[in-house]
Amino acid sequence: MEAPIAAAASGLHELHGGGIIAAIKASGIEYVLAVPDIVTSKGLLSPIARDNDFKLIRVCKEDECIGIASGLSYSDKRALVLIQYTGFLDSLNAIRGIAVEYKQPICMMVGLLGHDPDVAPRVSPRYGVRIIEPICDDMGIAHHLINDDADVSKIRPAIDKAYRESAPVALLIGRRPSAS
Amino acid sequence: MMKRDECFRILARHIKGEAVVATYSSAVDWVDISPGPLNYLSIGAMGLDSSHGLGLALGRPDKRVIVLQGDGSLLMNLGSLVTIAAAAPKNLVHFVAQNDTYEANGSQPIPNPKLNFADMARASGYAAAYDFSDLKVFEQQVAHVLEQEGPVFATLHIAPSKPLKYDYPSLYDPEKRKAFKAEWQS
Repeated sequence: MEAPIAAAASGLHELHGGGIIAAIKASGIEYVLAVPDIVTSKGLLSPIARDNDFKLIRVCKEDECIGIASGLSYSDKRALVLIQYTGFLDSLNAIRGIAVEYKQPICMMVGLLGHDPDVAPRVSPRYGVRIIEPICDDMGIAHHLINDDADVSKIRPAIDKAYRESAPVALLIGRRPSAS
Repeated sequence: MMKRDECFRILARHIKGEAVVATYSSAVDWVDISPGPLNYLSIGAMGLDSSHGLGLALGRPDKRVIVLQGDGSLLMNLGSLVTIAAAAPKNLVHFVAQNDTYEANGSQPIPNPKLNFADMARASGYAAAYDFSDLKVFEQQVAHVLEQEGPVFATLHIAPSKPLKYDYPSLYDPEKRKAFKAEWQS
């Protein structure tokens, strides 16, 4: 049985990219390390690419982001890894070694391609989406679902906590953010 | 054919406060020749040495970063050549010790031993790329390689080394990461 999530039940169905970007800036993120993801491409990556407040590093493969973010952390430079859940899965060994075993502050914003925002990810009919939160739980990675504008307030505290405690965090983007 | 430890002894004479990202066989040789807190040894996953090096270089453009990578490692992260070239850190020097084997994993051969990594780096957009197979030539040119504006790439064509002892608990000691951070931020 599919479980309706709270925001859907309350009728809040919008997610504005501008709000997410404002929260990322408020978190002190200087570098965005990205592989294009169709969920976040227009609403986040395109405006971030035009925004001079960010230094955007486009990489070829997602696990590069984990190494780059680690290197930056030694200079106390905050970075956000912006990828799709497929890239998250592809990068699990890097995340295991660097983020979890070395306890590095790796902040990931992960687009849940194919996720139905009205259904909790854990019960998604799409296998790849369904396994993301359990994998995070098993690896001890904090995670937060960003499904609606009401969820955007989770972003800054999550990133601040990741850097304060030197620990990874995954911010799961559950619907395509609008470009506004 | 050069030996990796011979190359590194020459390189070590030119080190002046740079971060040195070294892994696997390169790390074993390097820490023996040039121990110190600015050796960055914990990369967490094979192949990511070059990516860690990019992050370090971007974070401290006022300091230089040297990556000592093996050919097997670079093959696991070839795209990093393109990423590094695009990011264009002027303070990054990227060495690859090429002995055509995954030395730390039983000295099995890489899939194709005829690769020209310097050509790949050049085509990816590195500011300069070199091939060294003669120790005297390397000794003559290494200062220039290290001083010029990056990103700079250099292949060191080396013979397989004597069997090495891989003391991973020591290489990946969390205290070494703390010491690196303290020194890197000083």
